[in-house]
Amino acid sequence: MSTVSDTEVDDVVDTNAPAEDVEIEEPEAQDSDVERAAKHTPSAIPLRVEGLRKEFGGIVAVDEASFEITEGTLTGLIGPNGAGKSTTFNCITGVHEPTAGQVQFNGEDITGLSPDRIANRGLVRTFQIARELEEMTVMENMMLAPKGQRGESLWRSVLPFVRRSVSEQEEEILERCWEMLEFFEIDHLADEYAGNLSGGQRKLLELARALLTEPTVLLLDEPFAGVNPSLEERLLGHIHDLRDDGYTFLIVEHDMDLIMQNCERVIVMHQGRVLTEGPPAEIKRNEDVIEAYLGGEVE
Amino acid sequence: MSGAEQSADDRGTLAAVWEQDAVKLTALVSGLFAAYVVGGLLLSYGLRQQLNELAQLSFFIAVFAMLALALNLHWGYTGLFNIGVIGFMGIGIYTTAILSKGATLTEPAAGTTGGFGLPLWIGIIGGVVAAGLFGGLVALPALRLRADYFAIVTVGLSEVVRFTLLEQSLQQGQVLGYWVGLGGGSGLLLDFDPVDRLLGAFGLLESYTRFSERTGEAIGIGSNPKPVFDGILYGLVLLVFLVGFYVLLTRVGSSPYGRVLKAIREDEDATKALGKDTDRFKIKAFVIGCALMGLGGILLYASQGAITPNAFRPRITFFVWIALIIGGAGSNTGSVMGGAIFAAVLYQGPIFFSNVIEGSFEIDAVNTFAQAVGPLAAADPVPLLAYTVDNIGQLRFVIMGLVLIYLMHNRPEGILGHRKETASTIPLGRRRAKTGGSPPATDGGEENRGVDGE
Amino acid sequence: MGVSDSYERGREFLIEDPIRAALVIVFVVLALDLVRQLAVGQTQFSEFGVLLKDGLMRGLFFGLAGIGLSMTYSILNFANFAHGDLITGGAFGGVAATYVIAGGFGTEAALGSLLLVGAGGSVFGAALGIGVATSPLAVLAGVVVAAVASIALALIIDRFVYKPIRDRSGITLLITSIGVAFALRYLIVFVFGPGRRGVTDPSGIPSVAVPVIDGTVNVDLHEVSLLVVAVVLMLGLHFLLQRTRLGKAMRAMADNEDLARITGIPTERVVRFTWIIGAGLAGVAGYMFVLWNETLHWFQFWSLLLPVFAAVILGGIGSVYGAIAGGLVIGFVMSLSVVWIPGGLSRAAAFLIMIAVLLVRPEGIFAGRSTA
Repeated sequence: MSTVSDTEVDDVVDTNAPAEDVEIEEPEAQDSDVERAAKHTPSAIPLRVEGLRKEFGGIVAVDEASFEITEGTLTGLIGPNGAGKSTTFNCITGVHEPTAGQVQFNGEDITGLSPDRIANRGLVRTFQIARELEEMTVMENMMLAPKGQRGESLWRSVLPFVRRSVSEQEEEILERCWEMLEFFEIDHLADEYAGNLSGGQRKLLELARALLTEPTVLLLDEPFAGVNPSLEERLLGHIHDLRDDGYTFLIVEHDMDLIMQNCERVIVMHQGRVLTEGPPAEIKRNEDVIEAYLGGEVE
Repeated sequence: MSGAEQSADDRGTLAAVWEQDAVKLTALVSGLFAAYVVGGLLLSYGLRQQLNELAQLSFFIAVFAMLALALNLHWGYTGLFNIGVIGFMGIGIYTTAILSKGATLTEPAAGTTGGFGLPLWIGIIGGVVAAGLFGGLVALPALRLRADYFAIVTVGLSEVVRFTLLEQSLQQGQVLGYWVGLGGGSGLLLDFDPVDRLLGAFGLLESYTRFSERTGEAIGIGSNPKPVFDGILYGLVLLVFLVGFYVLLTRVGSSPYGRVLKAIREDEDATKALGKDTDRFKIKAFVIGCALMGLGGILLYASQGAITPNAFRPRITFFVWIALIIGGAGSNTGSVMGGAIFAAVLYQGPIFFSNVIEGSFEIDAVNTFAQAVGPLAAADPVPLLAYTVDNIGQLRFVIMGLVLIYLMHNRPEGILGHRKETASTIPLGRRRAKTGGSPPATDGGEENRGVDGE
Repeated sequence: MGVSDSYERGREFLIEDPIRAALVIVFVVLALDLVRQLAVGQTQFSEFGVLLKDGLMRGLFFGLAGIGLSMTYSILNFANFAHGDLITGGAFGGVAATYVIAGGFGTEAALGSLLLVGAGGSVFGAALGIGVATSPLAVLAGVVVAAVASIALALIIDRFVYKPIRDRSGITLLITSIGVAFALRYLIVFVFGPGRRGVTDPSGIPSVAVPVIDGTVNVDLHEVSLLVVAVVLMLGLHFLLQRTRLGKAMRAMADNEDLARITGIPTERVVRFTWIIGAGLAGVAGYMFVLWNETLHWFQFWSLLLPVFAAVILGGIGSVYGAIAGGLVIGFVMSLSVVWIPGGLSRAAAFLIMIAVLLVRPEGIFAGRSTA
């Protein structure tokens, strides 16, 4: 995988040009279909972004961004403030609908799908500021995540007899949640309100919770912000372990060193465009990147 | 706690928790009843009056607790800021009235428009469904609104409902040959007695009438004892409905469904990011809550003999809100407690209290505030006190407002404080059974995982 | 190309601004129908003139009262459900002052009765000869007292109720304001009694019959007074917002409170002036409305609160000029809607417009920007 879309970087984009209408594909009707698709078409490129563009009013936040994420890798997405990283994230995960361009997940077009549908396909994100459900306990946070819960149907939750099947499934889910909490070594906090957790613990919980949705690709938005060094070490360890288990990660991060040391590939965004991408060693030498960082902000 | 858990199986633990809450609730309600009985004794109420008082108390406790429970599903669980409760109640009882009032096939005299003459139970179901449908109609466009906009939309709609009920041109008309209508400003007469209909449905009406007459005579509550027994019976029926509401909503709350609702309340975007179709959950919750509010409205007004549009002012919505906030939004047990405390202490209490005062002391009330305050200059506080007692009906609303302000300042989480009502069908304790979803190992399996980490 | 271009533009307008497009369409249709109705004599010009005048009067009140609501909504970040009862409180204060002065400080009737605005039917506005022409001093004093009373109430409530919880969410403040509304409204009943009273002397209000095509429209002095007072206050506010440091600070606060804090504008001072200006305008508006309406009762302005909300939302929360424009629109909608729908539903029409705006375009229909 070499650089993808550097060619377009220098083009002046006419903002007045009518936006291409993006065809929105009807999503798969059944989860099982999605799962089957994921299993039987093993793709080396689970996530592909092509010509992604997002405008707010007249302002172009993301401009023809294109990149690919390889399966089982840790990819870093960096760039100075205002480079469009968060907007890109939001476009991929369905929070924003892109003005133009396409997002493909496991070979299928997921552009413009709602966030919950995208998450259900196995592309799950975490948030820059950990979004814990504060007035719920850690365990309730965890129990929320698993897919296909029978008890999420109102009637099954309420009606006698049927409710028993819900409880049975809940026992299984509970077991998985305990295992996950143990894996992240926060099982002692299970009964605590999520709002009482420290910043780092929240990040752990958020990652643990995201994993319970059985994703294949995880998008982490600044997972290390506000995390103390020892927890950061733990979190990194977990991420590496998960990567080794076959999970794919795309990480937005401010801390350049962290990305350079831990990611196989790095994508650099600047002023809404993908400036360059490649292995960390290459990025470090790239003059454009240095220029972008030095010119973009005084640090 | 751990001793009890050792012998308890998984259902037992749940039952223990439930019993605790039930015990609390029973204690609270009995306490309130006892206070009223004592007050009645102070007033040397006769038995008839005592019974009436208690029937009325259970009526209001049940009604406000039911409505608070329904609102708790909206606000406490899902974070939907509905301040149009009364609109859904109105739609419920008006639909019931139109469906179940006696059929009138010839043009009726003014103010006596008829209905479709359907059995009352059909009318009640119709009213509940209508309130739910209206909720769905509101929910579809409005659910994405900010909480405060949602509030304004709902209160606005509840007023639109009232204006529609008041509207002259909808007063009456012919539908399928029946003369029906909303009755305009003079409202609708409810020519059905829910107690009689209920008993009639079981063929018990005659024996009940005989029973009430004999018993009435035996315990000496004077002539025409049936209304007294009707009141008691209706109060009991409503308490049964309340239990139904409580069980239903506790089940909703303690389930994966309720968990998603709670998550939506906390952070809808994060919930979506976990793959939950939050809109679907919100619409369902809103519709169910509205249907229950409709039922609450039906139960509140069905026994009143008549309904008029101006009874359906936003004030009643705020009563329900105060009840919910007293008990603590987010807790079903708290909602019931809030409803009971609101009904007994804030709603009925001041009036009962002023009756006690007026019954105990001979006071001549003055007519205006000026006449009450004037004598203060001569250090005579009696006229002011008398005026206060005399106008307690208004003053209690001042008290309600102050209580709401106090709670928002000092105890926004309600009198019970922070409550963990776990949103799951099973206790979320640690278990060591590694394989199979079957009952956990009993050999010390239920180790208590307290908060020991932080 | 040209056709598809204009089609494209029309489509964009419909999609990007559906509520404005819908409003334009509805407005055009209704205007055409009105012309038809006037032409065939289904509606008389004079009737229409009366409706227009009533709409203007209501609209001026909604606009003036809405300014305060809009400012507290954006600067303090909550929907104040006690705003209506604040106006009622101010109006009772003002009318009480008018009664006391017109009643000769107790010579015409018991001072207590005058202070309580004739609670329990003890004294009537007609008997005191209250009106702009008949008792100008009493009315003038009433206006001032209404403003002062509203301001005092607002500041006291803010000090003891809102200020301690200012850092909490807008929802907490909103619920608290419902408590304030309850306490205030029923305190008013407790003190002044539940009666609805006529507070003016209807025979003492001079009026002129303005001839229109097929009849006349009566315009009386109280209507002219409401108009003049409203216009003067609105111009004064405009001057304040545009020319003074305080006004600029308030506009900045309405735009972005954090920004205002950082740039060192004294927030508490601005908050205080927000209450003073908002409550003062509302108090005067309430008093003038009572004079025009000739009656006063305890839930008068509570029941007018939702139309005021409608005006504010229509104009865009935080926009002073939007509130005025929104107020006029709501006023006209409420009075002119009777041309097409039953009179009982005119308020419903106003609320439905408000709801539609909230659903489709919550930032209001008059301006893209939120401030002043």
